[in-house]
Amino acid sequence: MIHVNTKINGDETEFLCDPRETMLDVLRDKLALTGAKEGCGTGDCGACSITVDGRLVCACLMLGAEADGREIGTVEGIATGEKLHVLQQKFLEHAALQCGICTPGILVATKALLEKHPDPTETQVRYWLAGNLCRCTGYDKIIRAVMDAAKDMREAA
Amino acid sequence: MALDGSKSEFKLVGTRPLRPDGIDKVTGRAKFGADAYAAGMLHGAIVRSPHAHAKIVKIDTTKAEAMKGVKAVVTRADFIDGLKGEMWNVLENVMAGDKALYDGHAVAAVCATSTLAARDAAKAIEVTYEILPHVTDVDKAMAKDAPVIREGAAAPGTPEGMHPNVVGYHESGHGDVDKGFAEADLVIEETFRTEATHQGYIEPHACLATMGNDGKGEVWCCTQGHFHVAKVCAALLGTDASQIRVTASEIGGGFGGKTAVFIEPVALALAKKANRPVKVVMSRSEVFRATGPTSSTSMDVKIGMKKDGTITAASGVFRLQGGAFPGAPASFTAMCAFAPYALENVKQIGWDVMSNRPKQAAYRAPGSPMAAFAVESVIDDLCKGLDLDPIDVRLKNASRQGTKASYGVTFDRIGLVETLEEAKAHPHYSAPLAEGAGRGISCGFWFNHGGETAVSLALAEDGTVSLSVGTPDIGGSRASMGQMAAEELGIPYEKIRTTIADTATLGYNEISHGSRVTYASGLATIEAARDTIRKLCARAAAKWKIDPEAVVWEDGCAKPSGPNAGEFEPMTLAKIASSMGRTGGPIVGHYEATPEGAGVSFATHIVDAEVDRETGSTRVTRYTVIQDAGKAIHPSYVEGQFQGGAAQGIGWALNEEYIYGEDGRLQNAGFLDYRIPVASDLPMIDTVIVEVPNPGHPYGVRGVGETSICPPLAAIANAVSNAVGIRMTELPISPPRILAALDGAK
Repeated sequence: MIHVNTKINGDETEFLCDPRETMLDVLRDKLALTGAKEGCGTGDCGACSITVDGRLVCACLMLGAEADGREIGTVEGIATGEKLHVLQQKFLEHAALQCGICTPGILVATKALLEKHPDPTETQVRYWLAGNLCRCTGYDKIIRAVMDAAKDMREAA
Repeated sequence: MALDGSKSEFKLVGTRPLRPDGIDKVTGRAKFGADAYAAGMLHGAIVRSPHAHAKIVKIDTTKAEAMKGVKAVVTRADFIDGLKGEMWNVLENVMAGDKALYDGHAVAAVCATSTLAARDAAKAIEVTYEILPHVTDVDKAMAKDAPVIREGAAAPGTPEGMHPNVVGYHESGHGDVDKGFAEADLVIEETFRTEATHQGYIEPHACLATMGNDGKGEVWCCTQGHFHVAKVCAALLGTDASQIRVTASEIGGGFGGKTAVFIEPVALALAKKANRPVKVVMSRSEVFRATGPTSSTSMDVKIGMKKDGTITAASGVFRLQGGAFPGAPASFTAMCAFAPYALENVKQIGWDVMSNRPKQAAYRAPGSPMAAFAVESVIDDLCKGLDLDPIDVRLKNASRQGTKASYGVTFDRIGLVETLEEAKAHPHYSAPLAEGAGRGISCGFWFNHGGETAVSLALAEDGTVSLSVGTPDIGGSRASMGQMAAEELGIPYEKIRTTIADTATLGYNEISHGSRVTYASGLATIEAARDTIRKLCARAAAKWKIDPEAVVWEDGCAKPSGPNAGEFEPMTLAKIASSMGRTGGPIVGHYEATPEGAGVSFATHIVDAEVDRETGSTRVTRYTVIQDAGKAIHPSYVEGQFQGGAAQGIGWALNEEYIYGEDGRLQNAGFLDYRIPVASDLPMIDTVIVEVPNPGHPYGVRGVGETSICPPLAAIANAVSNAVGIRMTELPISPPRILAALDGAK
């Protein structure tokens, strides 16, 4: 077992993990942070998207041991207390989710996008999200929610 | 059923309130199938056949059982013996008996203290196989010398003398097709093929089960039908359905694929043997290899048309490969094929064929999209051959109220003509096309379904409402149920909490399938609310000491029905509820029925596509869905169903397919190689909601989830065929197929 010290959504966290366990296994099975989902385990679906030192990563492609000394961000850290992030609110208003299994990953990914590119075009949003599969919506309402959130965030900035 | 209380004026229905489960789903709090944990929980792993067809000679579990952390191993011997019919099929699929019937077929399972330990143990289970010849293609599986999957599986009515792999036959129609073809000015006959596709839900199957040796079990799982899971698990484990309590988790997509049972009985058997809770979660590769694909098809369609566009006759033969078990929806394919058209002479035949592939499962309007692909392609070629407008021809032949459908029923009020008229008037249809692009249109049809339904609606003392429904919410249905209950009761939407009740709490509810939830659970919710209102009115009548018949319910209040009833201050729901403990006890409305009035529905889609002649890749550049929803309770979720069906259809038409090697193994069991549409593949998907009320629902609702996937395969094939000037007859129209077609035309 490997002893890991890390920071998750701002909280100091330590855990023991098998060298073979992925970061996704650790988040879900050891830390009860089940917001990140396993849709494929091979980095193809993006449902387990997290940030590591601000960089967008599939948690299923990272070993738990690699979290040592890093700062991890998950969907559980997007809202501030009771207050939803603009993106979360816009996803609700635009009905941008049906089943909701891809939603955590898409929220983490779009938050990372808007931090880097606050004024993306529709095409940029579509290509940024090309690694996050959604089977329910056809992406239409997701793209609209992201564009609308981006607009609100720019206006508030 | 009294449906005379049909409404057309609404306060809440037709608005777009936020979904009640929304905050849980955007914060990561919502609990899906794999998100449950229990004290002492073990992890299960399943051993699967690497062979398409093989005799299981021996399963040696001794090494696995001796490994650290391993608590139990199960094989077929741990399930009940002597099942018959469909339950035997389900058991045989859940855990192989004498033979492995497809690549991915479960042959044993193990549970251990960690996922890694369970996976290691699964690898240590030694299975000795004797490999048998296999077949995965539908036409080859019907041929004389094809390997036999199983003798004696044919359903009654299957013609004599067919290969044992042919297990079902459907024939229907009316008139005289030969006479009809003779009257035509142009007859076109063509053969089409479609490959199997997967529902592609992002959440793999997952469950958590406990079971003691007293036969009592608990299951938490992602399913479209938890009552069905209880029934199947009880049958496969030899216990009573009432002793297996199943709770439906949030469900991460289903599209029909989660109507089937795969891992829950295995988890229960492991839990029983280990006497501890067991969680089983499929990997993505297991999902592809062992669950749900659609049938692959081979289809011959022949249609005759007069110069004025009148269809004189239509016939079709539809051969569906459904995997290693009977049940391919060949009859649905045949029945849906010509349903959009009012035909004097029509005949359709469907064949259900077994092969060494996973047992097909329902996928969104099972069987219909393939039929539409074949039929609507031929209609398009006839329009071209006779120089007619494709919408005008469809309008001329469209089924209407009173039409005797191709599959026998007489249509009640339907909205096909309205969708075609909307399509013709839509700016998309008249927009100029880019050089080299093609435009395609198609109609589509689905039956929709009612089914066994039970709903309960309980008042709390503070005037709020707990609504319990038994159909898992697969796309926002808790919002629409809440809207319908609030509409009837006359209280705010926010005062209602809608819960998907477990199997111990409500009467039997059929699976969330057949686009039935908003129709049937919605109807039951409305009727449960009306039952509640009768009880509320009776309480007010008792207080006022007047006849309950003299009390009406308006704007959330009990009121005297008129001056003759007496003068009393209206009583709100909250006021009556606050004193219910003293005025007769809890107030609970409920409704149980098998509603039969699910209105059929139709859609027309318009699509523009551009084909890159260098690479053979196709890009959908504009898409419009026009569909009859009867009445849209929550328009955003209706639009979402339209868009989702179109997107899945785009994947099916252009990219998605099960690819088998010569060895009968699935070669693309992952999202990298089985590529579903991603955001950068698609345009915005425009929607038009047509509302032709369904006479079988108090608000006019028709199911909307499935019809949306019926037209896209054909609409896209028509667009691509128009773009390249070659009729594409095989799906998916992937780059290699386009390039081959372009090469062939040179």
